[in-house]
Amino acid sequence: MINCHYRLQSPRRIGLDFIEEELTDNKVVVRPTYLSICAADERYYQGQRDPETLKKKLPMSLIHEAVGEVLRDPKGEFAPNTKVVLIPNTPTEHDSIVKENYLRSSKFRASGFDGFMQNVVLMDRDRIIPYKNVEDRIAVLLELMSVTMNALEHFNQYSHLKKQTLGVWGCGNVGYVTALILKKIYPNAKIIVFGTNINKLHYFQFADATYLINDIPEDVHVDHAFECVGGHSAENAINQIIDLINPQGSIALMGVSEDLVGINTRMVLEKGITILGNSRSGREDFEAAIKFLDDFPETKEYFGRIISEEIVVKSIADMTRAFEVDNDADFKTIMKWDI
Amino acid sequence: MVYAEILAGGIGRRMGNNDMPKQFLMLGNKPIIIHTLEQFLLVSEFSKIIIGCPRDWMGYMNDLILKYIGVDDKVVVIEGGADRNGTIMNACKYIELNFGLTSKDILVTHDAVRPLVDYRIITDNIKACKKYDAVDTIIPVADTIVESLDGKVLSSVPIRDYLYLGQTPQTFKIKELVNTYESLTDEEKKILTDACKIFVLKNKKVGFVQGEEYNLKITTMHDLKLANAIVEVGLNHD
Repeated sequence: MINCHYRLQSPRRIGLDFIEEELTDNKVVVRPTYLSICAADERYYQGQRDPETLKKKLPMSLIHEAVGEVLRDPKGEFAPNTKVVLIPNTPTEHDSIVKENYLRSSKFRASGFDGFMQNVVLMDRDRIIPYKNVEDRIAVLLELMSVTMNALEHFNQYSHLKKQTLGVWGCGNVGYVTALILKKIYPNAKIIVFGTNINKLHYFQFADATYLINDIPEDVHVDHAFECVGGHSAENAINQIIDLINPQGSIALMGVSEDLVGINTRMVLEKGITILGNSRSGREDFEAAIKFLDDFPETKEYFGRIISEEIVVKSIADMTRAFEVDNDADFKTIMKWDI
Repeated sequence: MVYAEILAGGIGRRMGNNDMPKQFLMLGNKPIIIHTLEQFLLVSEFSKIIIGCPRDWMGYMNDLILKYIGVDDKVVVIEGGADRNGTIMNACKYIELNFGLTSKDILVTHDAVRPLVDYRIITDNIKACKKYDAVDTIIPVADTIVESLDGKVLSSVPIRDYLYLGQTPQTFKIKELVNTYESLTDEEKKILTDACKIFVLKNKKVGFVQGEEYNLKITTMHDLKLANAIVEVGLNHD
């Protein structure tokens, strides 16, 4: 079938490409209903990736956070109109030790191949998971939640058992979602959020404490930390964590940085700190995110609060407007896909 | 019930020396009509997708469906009529005979040679037809349209803001369509190049939905070249 892919052709320019695709038995046709813009998409859109990367990857459809409805399943496993979340990680092999999102052979939507900005998306049938009891505009944040679930699995595997105080560095989307999920999964732990923007920190009322990073009381320490900063500021955040973390604590790195980051390895050694790398998520993390919403339905309202903008997309002009608006938004910009 | 009819009745005389009807020519790796049919198969509201086809090509059409789509009870090939509206009327008769008709039943008709139609345009047609008895798909005109009654000099230059290009789908409440068509004189039927005109001639309201520039009609070899040039073949993981 012929499908329309809305691709970033060059920074700030989205164009329409027609692609002939094969609807095999392993594919399911899904119509996106909501798409959510991630910082990674925004970096491509604004041309903030290095020129070599842009040259290699563009033209490419952006967006790896999406939900949709099944239109057609040649095998009949998914009924038409079934609401599904779309998994962007696309493995090409199975490994019994290494998770799918860490396999170097896996492809990722809007990074290695076209993302979800398409009229319909032909998904491998194991890359969609049905969901119920949650609004589509909230469900579109499941990918973001799944990234935290992936980090938490790693954290549980490798961190020591003393989890009285957990610190989250970063007051953006990843920091918010991670702090909220930690608060529910570790109800007895004290959750402290460290950020740079007082207005954004006000959203974190559910946390036990919030601090501006240049105004932290001297007696504040954490058993473990989650770095959700990324970018140029990741270095400062990680070094501050190293200073404030208790010996033998774990640092879960979750922020993506384009730069090399210099960290105080002497203190990492002296304190016996464990640094855990985390990236993306796989199917089981999406399942965990869906279960989380079932187990803690009250959090849906909290997740909804970080939707800063909702843009109805009926044209390419609406898409570019969404990316421009997102650039100035405090939290998430989502697109209601009506094209 | 909502039905679709893909209009493949024409034998494509405008295409040049090619004997094969234009809807069967290849676009990328498949015949044009298969691409069109695949878009309609995405819409679950359709209880039947009817293909109105020249009698001599019905077997060929069935072979194509089997080869590219497989067995699908939703799709049926029937004989087209002498002209466009005849092909539509044949579908209406087929529906009435096999499933009966109620005043709410809808038929979405579409040119087989517009394979770049998409889900949004088709479903917008169905939605709009719940409000109107007939729905057209249109786009604003970019060029100035002029009129010449004698073929020598301009008789008028209509205001562009009021002009649109008609595409398909065109969608109808089936009972209303049949009744209105049957109320036309033979003279009126002769001047019909467009099914929505049936309603306009009888001063009935025709709603419209926004088409797309790319929903082009492949009528000439040039159109086919153009369509083949803009369609890329996808990668394994798309």
